[in-house]
Amino acid sequence: MRKPDLDEKVERIALMRKQLVRVLDDDGQAVGPWAPGLTPEQLVTGLRDMMLVRAFDARMLRAHRQGKISFYMQCLGEEAIACAQQRALRPGDMHFPTYRQQGLLIASGYPLVEMINQVLSNTHDPLKGRQLPVMYSSREHGFFSISGNLATQYVQAVGWAMASALRGGTAIASAWIGEGATSESDFHAALVFASTYQAPVILNIVNNHWAISTPEDFARGASATFADRGYGFSIPALRVDGNDYLAVYAVSQWAAQRARANLGPTMVEWVTLRVGAHSTSDDPSGYRTDEAARFPLGDPVDRLTRHLLVTGALDDARQQALADEVTRDVEAAFQEADSHGSVKGGVVISPKTMFDDVYAVLPRHLREQRDQVEG
Amino acid sequence: MTAMTMIEAIRDAHVVAMERDDRVVVFGEDVGYFGGVFRCTLGLQQRFGAHRCFDTPISEAGIVGAAVGMAAYGLRPCVEIQFADYMYPAYDQIVSEAARLRHRSAGDFTAPLTIRMPTGGGIFGGQTHSQSPEALFTHVAGLKTVVVSNPYDAKGLLLAAIEDDDPVIFLEPKRVYNGPFDGHHERPIVPWSKHPLGEVPEGHYTIELGTARVHRAGSDLTVLTYGTLVHVAQAAADETGIDAEIIDLRTLVPLDLDTVLASVIKTGRCLVVHEATLTSGYGAELSATVQERAFHHLEAPITRVCGWDTPYPHAHEWAYFPGPDRVGRAMQALMSA
Ligand SMILES: Cc1ncc(C[n+]2csc(CCOP(=O)(O)OP(=O)(O)O)c2C)c(N)n1
Repeated sequence: MRKPDLDEKVERIALMRKQLVRVLDDDGQAVGPWAPGLTPEQLVTGLRDMMLVRAFDARMLRAHRQGKISFYMQCLGEEAIACAQQRALRPGDMHFPTYRQQGLLIASGYPLVEMINQVLSNTHDPLKGRQLPVMYSSREHGFFSISGNLATQYVQAVGWAMASALRGGTAIASAWIGEGATSESDFHAALVFASTYQAPVILNIVNNHWAISTPEDFARGASATFADRGYGFSIPALRVDGNDYLAVYAVSQWAAQRARANLGPTMVEWVTLRVGAHSTSDDPSGYRTDEAARFPLGDPVDRLTRHLLVTGALDDARQQALADEVTRDVEAAFQEADSHGSVKGGVVISPKTMFDDVYAVLPRHLREQRDQVEG
Repeated sequence: MTAMTMIEAIRDAHVVAMERDDRVVVFGEDVGYFGGVFRCTLGLQQRFGAHRCFDTPISEAGIVGAAVGMAAYGLRPCVEIQFADYMYPAYDQIVSEAARLRHRSAGDFTAPLTIRMPTGGGIFGGQTHSQSPEALFTHVAGLKTVVVSNPYDAKGLLLAAIEDDDPVIFLEPKRVYNGPFDGHHERPIVPWSKHPLGEVPEGHYTIELGTARVHRAGSDLTVLTYGTLVHVAQAAADETGIDAEIIDLRTLVPLDLDTVLASVIKTGRCLVVHEATLTSGYGAELSATVQERAFHHLEAPITRVCGWDTPYPHAHEWAYFPGPDRVGRAMQALMSA
């Protein structure tokens, strides 16, 4: 697959919306012009990020089964996308994520214990027990507050990027959405704004093939791909193997460079598979069979591991050491967070705090209501 | 009569409506093949075909906009919004279009459609799976707004809604899907099979929109409420020993003023209870109406017990929810006023 110049005319790369950018071939080799030239250490870091995300998800699901948390959403099988893009962008850039981009936070070095504090809604929860588990927020780590309402963040990312451009900043925005939620009007509003104002934004579509029980074609309609959505807005759009860490890194870097060079928005459809259930409230056995084994793009962790083994950047001993290390880190973070209580265990911060931050200054009627709450 | 959960009663109402009238079509997110995330439409696609019950793309604006078009054509769409918290993308279609189509076209076009949505908290759903937005609908001329509290009513009201010639917003407090939840979250929920209102007649029946139900007759004070809070008020009355008359309004618009006023005139005291936020909530409308029409019969000021004016919090949902303690204390205060 050809790698176009950053300022390539949109008509000349129009077909890329129908194709698939890949770097890692079936033998674990990095091939073609998109190979990002990462050092062995960078690649091992990438692998470790993904392994950490996977171990984190597994631990949270266990906590859910143990009745310690009320709800969880994993990203099993999709780890490469958020992890690699985080490493390809810069501090100061702002991601506008959905609930399935925990990889952005983890690869940014956000403390695991803070994430677990949020998931437990405990006394140290940075969001003070207000939000459903996994709806993190961290301005410092370039992670916009997650909304439960699908697609709203997509157009906000465009607005953030427009603001950065207006102020002559060099930071860019990255918008995230699942393929199912591209049906929402806010997605289309984002495209027209991004196109009209040539905003410095990456428009990510994570096509994991399922929106709860509904297969991807409900949102795709008669178009061949989701990247097709960019075409009508003259937004350069690429379709990429989302389970290929190297391809994700390279394409994210390309899109970020375009945005920073004031060449406008880039849309990327990341092809992947939601391997697990939609959430802990969902049981997929009612609507699909196990597809992971048949998924042609494989597993992102296995593929990068293979590449590192084949190229000699990793050996079995180091791989095992990494696995032990991430398990240990997650467990230590869990133990620490668990010592700060949980909503399930009834140990949370004072309910009076729910009245804070409704407004910048507490108005009288809320003060009066707060006085009626015990605790 | 068959014992049913509210989910089963709603499903049964769909079956009856779809069998009687082939203009009835049902659609929404995850509604078709899977039968809805709360399973209220389970089996409809298998039974009636994918042209009568189908999945949609995730677009609430699309769901309601398409339903308005279908209704204008002459169908009777009954659509589901997965959670009431997700109706906002559809709000323009509801408020500017469905609600006003009859009026703006002088009856040339109408929009007889039903929009169902689960409401209310108590499932640790946080701020986007817990809202009770009824006042955002009752404020809009042209909409009818129903809130159900039990399986028997749910079936009869849903059939009436689907058959109604105007757009009906049909709100289903998810906390009472499986039993008459009374706010005692620390106790196991009593299933509908152990409650008389879980007995649901087979076949077709309707409950006229605009008729309230006296849930519990009493003489000390009147409680005006609906949805989950009907059962909470019942628990509060039982626990305080106050002989409350609990009115389950069932339809907020149109309101059954006769039943409301008869009760307030009888008891002389009025407590308004809802889970939605207090300020500009439907309770304000009830309070104003009762005050205008029955002022001289009131022995105490009308009191409201509602959700606080904050987003619905995840960790503090039981401090937010107006449970039996808060409602009971308000009853006691009203009796000594
Ligand atoms: C406005 C809105 N409508 C509906 C929902 C309910 N909902 C939550 S996630 C989801 C499916 C989203 O699927 P997709 O966009 O493909 O993302 P994925 O979950 O696969 O990552 C739905 C319908 C919601 N959260 N917000």
